Amino acid sequence: MPSIVSIRNLTKTYSTGFQALKSVNLEIEEGEILALLGPNGAGKTTMISAICGIVQPTSGQILVGGHDVVRDFRATRSQIGLVPQEISLEPFEKVFNTVTFSRGLFGKSPDPEYVEKILRQLSLWDKKDNNIQSLSGGMKRRVLIAKALAHQPRVLFLDEPTAGVDVELRKDMWSVVSDLKAQGVTIILTTHYIEEAEAIADRVGVINKGEILLVQNKAELMAQMGRKQLHVDLAEPITAIPEALASYALELGSDGRSLIYTYDTKRERTGITNFLGDLRSAGLQMTDLATRQSSLEDIFVGMVREKP
Amino acid sequence: MNFRAINVIYRKEMARFFRTIIESLISPVISTSLYFVVFGAAIGSKIEQVNGVTYGAFIVPGLIMLTVITQSVSNASFAINFPKFTGTIYELLTAPVSYMEIVIGYVGAAATKSILIGLVILATAFAFVDLPIAHPVAMLALLALTSASFSLFGFIIGIWAKDFQQLQLIPLLVLTPLIFLGGSFYSVDMLPGVWRTIALFNPVVYLMSVFRWSFFDTADVPIAVSLLAIAAFTGLCLAAVWWIFRTGWRIRQ
Repeated sequence: MPSIVSIRNLTKTYSTGFQALKSVNLEIEEGEILALLGPNGAGKTTMISAICGIVQPTSGQILVGGHDVVRDFRATRSQIGLVPQEISLEPFEKVFNTVTFSRGLFGKSPDPEYVEKILRQLSLWDKKDNNIQSLSGGMKRRVLIAKALAHQPRVLFLDEPTAGVDVELRKDMWSVVSDLKAQGVTIILTTHYIEEAEAIADRVGVINKGEILLVQNKAELMAQMGRKQLHVDLAEPITAIPEALASYALELGSDGRSLIYTYDTKRERTGITNFLGDLRSAGLQMTDLATRQSSLEDIFVGMVREKP
Repeated sequence: MNFRAINVIYRKEMARFFRTIIESLISPVISTSLYFVVFGAAIGSKIEQVNGVTYGAFIVPGLIMLTVITQSVSNASFAINFPKFTGTIYELLTAPVSYMEIVIGYVGAAATKSILIGLVILATAFAFVDLPIAHPVAMLALLALTSASFSLFGFIIGIWAKDFQQLQLIPLLVLTPLIFLGGSFYSVDMLPGVWRTIALFNPVVYLMSVFRWSFFDTADVPIAVSLLAIAAFTGLCLAAVWWIFRTGWRIRQ
């Protein structure tokens, strides 16, 4: 698939000397949903800001649809919609007017029917004549999305779209995102909610301290990491794993009171029955059992921790 | 050129003006009337004619300039500072608009407002004094030019100011003294020798002089010098705006 966004050796150093991005390379495919995960201050927003034109890159190049974002900014920006992280709206504007304004700013001819369509899709139609300041936080976030969609972008950036948003809006947002994907829109979202990436992304990128640590297909990533672990709490602590259990590749808990058995849920046989049988034969008595699924969160936390 | 963007910026700014039309127009009308009562009627009756014009009429061009300059600066500086304050400037920065288009939209709207206010003050003045207008076309052109150049100046202040206090700083500390000392209410010829020389360093003097000429056909300084000074000021503001956008100063990190 062709890349719609191409980032090459992108570096950004702010005037304070803080290096927010360190030679980042990233190819974003047309029509995909890419989730960028990373802790606060990782460089997610800086990267998006550089693509959209809010931040000037220190070095490197960004292409959107084959055009350079600095030299050919009209061609790139008209294809991009941005939903910023902060709720930034003019308090005294009316909802319908502010969305119409956004469309005009991007050089598109007025299209009240299209604006109505987006407002209805985002459950904002009955608020169209309200002043923005009278809206709730969730509604304001919907207005930001409507503004970003007003000029029918090919690429949509959602910077932490569901930070501080209730469950209902989060679900609505996900459904809007999947509708857009069906229309062929490429979506890049940053989040530190791993569940969000798990729920809607096609690919996941992990960014930390200005560097991209990994970009991978979500399904592959999950399959690779999609293991389950059985934790067995022991009645008496042990110092070493008994010989009889050597074939199970167990881990011994730090206090010697637990054993961890890792297995693949996709295998025909997980080996749990045999393991528990052998555990008893080895004379170990258990007090509790628990299973845990490894998630993107584990992967994410693991990766971010590995790089101090 | 993204004409649609210029159009929506201009119209949004004008809509803001018309939303508060009463406040926007009534305050200059009231303050102008007060000046007429105080300077024109009360003090003016004790002053003989200035350059053959009654004092009440003499101060009209000065009053118009005073209001047009302050309104231009405050409108344009607020118009661009408010989006910086609310964060909505992100949209301008991510839209396919050039700097020139942003400036035309914002400065054009601020200048339009000032011209309207200037005309309202002029109409109010007619209610108080007999007012000749020797060169009406030049008068309107000067009104438009002053509105545009000081709106441009206000735009620069709006980008520079980090908060609302700073937004008030330049108008209060620099502009008001320059306007008052620039001959709004007197002819610089009335100043004693050394002060007259000092006054000639004040750019507002040139503006005031040529604007008063468009009414009464007499000027403190030659018209050509005045026009040159205004052109220089406008050119300086344009250069500053060009530099601001080229470097992204206080806009793009």
